[in-house]
Amino acid sequence: MEHDYGITLTVNGTAVSRRVPARLHLIDFLRDSLELTGSHTGCEHGVCGACTVRVDGQIVRGCLMLAVQANGCRVDTIEGLSDSKELAPLQKAFHEKNALQCGFCTPGMLLAAQDLILNSKKPTREEIRNHISGNYCRCTGYQAIVDAIEEVVNGKG
Amino acid sequence: MAGKAAAKASLAERQALKAPAFAYAKPASLQEAFELLQNPDARVLAGGQSLIPSLNMRLSEPELLVDITGLPGLSGISLQGSSIKIGALVTHAQIEQSDEIKKHVPLLAQAVPHVAHAAIRNRGTLGGSLALADPAAEYPACAVALEAVLVVKNKTTERRVKASEFFKGLFETDLKPGELLVAAEFPVAAKSDRSVFLELARRHGDYAIVGLAAHNDRFAFLGVGDRPVLFSFKKSLEEAKRTLKADLKPPADLYNHAATKLHLAGVLLERAWNTTTA
Repeated sequence: MEHDYGITLTVNGTAVSRRVPARLHLIDFLRDSLELTGSHTGCEHGVCGACTVRVDGQIVRGCLMLAVQANGCRVDTIEGLSDSKELAPLQKAFHEKNALQCGFCTPGMLLAAQDLILNSKKPTREEIRNHISGNYCRCTGYQAIVDAIEEVVNGKG
Repeated sequence: MAGKAAAKASLAERQALKAPAFAYAKPASLQEAFELLQNPDARVLAGGQSLIPSLNMRLSEPELLVDITGLPGLSGISLQGSSIKIGALVTHAQIEQSDEIKKHVPLLAQAVPHVAHAAIRNRGTLGGSLALADPAAEYPACAVALEAVLVVKNKTTERRVKASEFFKGLFETDLKPGELLVAAEFPVAAKSDRSVFLELARRHGDYAIVGLAAHNDRFAFLGVGDRPVLFSFKKSLEEAKRTLKADLKPPADLYNHAATKLHLAGVLLERAWNTTTA
């Protein structure tokens, strides 16, 4: 039997109230109910990182959190963080360094990278690799992604 | 067209990993939580970083999830006499950022970067990891190596369990129905103590192939049995290696033969030895 609950949260700065089934994942809520399809559903069990979004300022797996658990939270997705220009330096560097090909991993990768940039002074390439280790990219081989993040870290973005 | 859309939808349904239906409750007090946990088909939801994947894969089909993240009193890290008490709801990220843990429980501080990835460390909890008792997890081995004490409550009483007696087998602990793990107490490291945590994984943050939490002469291996496997090695590295080879019987996993795991456990032992005996 489906059990529905009312939730109120702030998504990309806008207050949202909906009724959601308990079993609905945050990522499916964002993509299907709010039509914010920038964050992707990949493996749906926490391995690939394509669904990475920000909840109350911290990156999380959108497939490992229920929408009901986000009640009262502030959620930021790739759409909001692009519109606010917060990710603009990283997006420019990704573009210039060819740090994406198919682009499926990119929204999650950008959120993971920005998390490192916000919370670390001047990470080394090794630290960059460790921080994005939870985000799979099947196109680039990661080298260009690390190059792009490093560029922003070095303030050249 | 309709047929094509239907075919597409059923394909999506087949391929998607969606949790089965369940009810959800977020109690505001321990008492309320214990009432809800009377339901034998209720499961405790903390960070959900292991429970939700198991729901997505339908390995688990509870009737009710009891979200304990709103409970007061389970979130602190505090120095209490000769131990550091860590609340069950403390996240891996909070452990990683804690100066008290770096200073007083260096083994845990060394282990935490190996726990999954940043986005998962932001939600996963100490209590969740200990209560799940995944044999490849880091904290159970640390708790056993350090002789941590786990604090368990039910509706009426509180009891304290030694880590070595808490882990009973594969995903099996000493927790009884209706009980909740509320905290773990790790002894404060003395100046002369030597701790080292090592782990080998296919990708940083993935499940360990083999890991080792070593504290002085106590060597707790993870990923090599149905629970942390503890050895006491005192004399020489050669003797320790001989004992390990004779007594450790790791099961193979999807990617690694038992012999590979045994070999890698020996590699970690050798790497840890000089640190713990220095």
